[in-house]
Amino acid sequence: MTEKIDARPGADEPTDLPPPIISPDSVPDSMWRIRWALFRRSFAHNWKLFRANRVGLVGLAIIGFFALLAIAPTVLFATGIWNSAVYDPVVGLEPNPPVKVMTVVNEITDPETQIDFRHVLLDNRIPNNIQVGEQVEIPQQPAPPDRRHWLGTDPLGRDVLSQLMHGARAAFFLGILAAVVTVIIATTVGSISAYFGGALDSFFMRLADLLIMIPFLAILIVIGAIFEFKLWHLAVVIGLLSGFGGVAIVLKSQALAVKVKPFVDAARVAGGSNAHIIFTHIVPNVMPLSFLYMMFTVTSAIQGEAALSFLGLLNVRISWGLMIQLANTQGYLLQGLRYWWLLFPAGLAVTLISAAFFLVGRAMDEVVNPRLRKR
Amino acid sequence: MTRYVVRRLAQMVLLFVVFLTVTWFLLYALPGDIVKQKFAMNPNIPPEARQVAIERLGLDKPVLIQFRDYMINFFQLDFGLSFNQYPRKVSDIIAERLPRTIVLFLTALVSYYYAGFLAGKYLAWRRGKRGEMAVTIGGVGLYTVFYPWFALMAIWLFAAELGWLPISKFLNPDEWRNAPFTANQVFIRLFVTVLAVSIFMALVVLLANRIRDHRPRALAKVGGVALGALLFVWYWWGTAGGALMRPYAGDIAEHLILPVAVLTAVNFAGIMLLTRSSMLETMREDFILTARAKGLSERAVRDKHAARTALLPVTTSLVLAVATVIDGGILTETVFSWPGMGEVLVTSVSNEDIPLALASFSFIGVMALVGHFLVDILYGVLDPRIRVGG
Repeated sequence: MTEKIDARPGADEPTDLPPPIISPDSVPDSMWRIRWALFRRSFAHNWKLFRANRVGLVGLAIIGFFALLAIAPTVLFATGIWNSAVYDPVVGLEPNPPVKVMTVVNEITDPETQIDFRHVLLDNRIPNNIQVGEQVEIPQQPAPPDRRHWLGTDPLGRDVLSQLMHGARAAFFLGILAAVVTVIIATTVGSISAYFGGALDSFFMRLADLLIMIPFLAILIVIGAIFEFKLWHLAVVIGLLSGFGGVAIVLKSQALAVKVKPFVDAARVAGGSNAHIIFTHIVPNVMPLSFLYMMFTVTSAIQGEAALSFLGLLNVRISWGLMIQLANTQGYLLQGLRYWWLLFPAGLAVTLISAAFFLVGRAMDEVVNPRLRKR
Repeated sequence: MTRYVVRRLAQMVLLFVVFLTVTWFLLYALPGDIVKQKFAMNPNIPPEARQVAIERLGLDKPVLIQFRDYMINFFQLDFGLSFNQYPRKVSDIIAERLPRTIVLFLTALVSYYYAGFLAGKYLAWRRGKRGEMAVTIGGVGLYTVFYPWFALMAIWLFAAELGWLPISKFLNPDEWRNAPFTANQVFIRLFVTVLAVSIFMALVVLLANRIRDHRPRALAKVGGVALGALLFVWYWWGTAGGALMRPYAGDIAEHLILPVAVLTAVNFAGIMLLTRSSMLETMREDFILTARAKGLSERAVRDKHAARTALLPVTTSLVLAVATVIDGGILTETVFSWPGMGEVLVTSVSNEDIPLALASFSFIGVMALVGHFLVDILYGVLDPRIRVGG
């Protein structure tokens, strides 16, 4: 903490000046207390502003709901309510699916090919040598919701609710990692290029221009072709793309506005080093805006992941995009409402959580940007 | 203005070269890249054949020479042969697919910009009234909806369940069996006529805006639009060539409706929300108060004073949205099996057809750059500060 208040001229050079008058042990404590009080006051104020916007609260509630969903499987598996052999999102299998009893009425022989369909293994769930008049039990998979599987099972007999919960976990992991990477990079790049200007600024801004212009999904598709993509790779790539891209430009313009404030001049006159000014004066003032862009990055990361999984270009255990891909490639998506539990949970989850983060972002926008507030 | 345009153009070309360089090195020059895995190091190919493949692909040359050759060939529009559709030239595939994507892209860009701006304008003006919340939530829902899912739901509803529109693909092969034209001939004819008519209409409306009196202005606008529509009808129904092609053009147009509608529905909400906030900022300005105090009608204040100013940030956002629309286009094409650039990119990438993948990715990049360039010019026209400064 000492270096933050150490504003003597030439403080960052190794000198043989006398020790600081204020003892380093006593100051941080009170500084922290002041900071904490300031933080609490501004947080209470901002929370009041945020709360005024009901749409933002709706978004927070949705995020909370999905957070609960993401935590739920851990609890359910630990307490033994769910057995992992049945409820695992990837390798789980419902051993006793509902069956449909059917009677074989006819021998089916295709007149053209002379293939006797009785002896053709149509489906490994149907016994091979069945006779006319016998009854067969055909397991119904995907099964509609019942007491054991609240959202039914998918075509492979896995629990949809469990997949949804694990998908929520993947979405949070991906979104938050991507957002953190974005914000760290964008804040640093934005502040540095605003503070130093010149060639550094030009370089970062041209890079941002390039990244903005190239369609995001197209890049991800091409990178997905070259590398084996895991979830956290994707998160880091999305973070890099948006961190060096559009977010950096926005944060740079904010940093430019901060740079000309009197306290930055004061810090410089007092002998603060460049790093000191950037990280203790500029970055904290850019932070509110970067939190805002964190929300929007989460949205685009989740959407990007779902799209890539949908195209089958992602090596991921389970995610909402993968659930939709499975339902689509197996042809359940165009069967209409008959298989609604394959249609709606994943699609709505992606939409709802993206909308929730977006709404929270918009509500935060009104807090950060006073010009947007109600007349 | 000319200097501004020339400078932007030069920047665009430079950016494109950088973009192409990075992509080339990613796809061709990375250790263990796909081309080498597929041919140079594939043990299933006999050694002689492997040697031939290496020589024909130029893999034995130094990387920089390969890169130079690729760049020279690229700017001569020779992108090599496709691996998966072997004897076909990549440039032929691109030439066939590019117009189809441009149509999707242009329609979506224009319709979503216009519809979003109109909707946002009214939404901001009705701030705090009933329905605003519902429209906002609906808009956010559309803006963040998971795109492929939404498109598939639309296909299910309008194509499978109601049967109003074809399910997917570009045309109905049954009707084309004895067609005297190729699909692309018809499609390009259709595209050119629609484009010409819409440019004509836009020009008439722009020119009509210069008329000061209200009545003649409205008359000129309606007349111009009607004349444009009439010209279109005359071409496709009146002339011999048009009448012959019409059933085929109709088939393609029918297949076009759903993708364009879905693409527009998803994209327009973003511009609507943005126009709304931009309008809200503008409405706090003093000149709006002045305009009201002068006794202008609400409509004049809204359309002439607030909306004109609010248009600028919205146009800036269009710069960012070009890439988003192209992304939406890739998903649209995949979901609707619309044989355009996005579909080519996805299939070639999943089939490791590298020459095709690189060329289609570059052309998607070119589309994005040209889109940006056009939006930049538009922005320069709208904002005199940029024109003078440039």
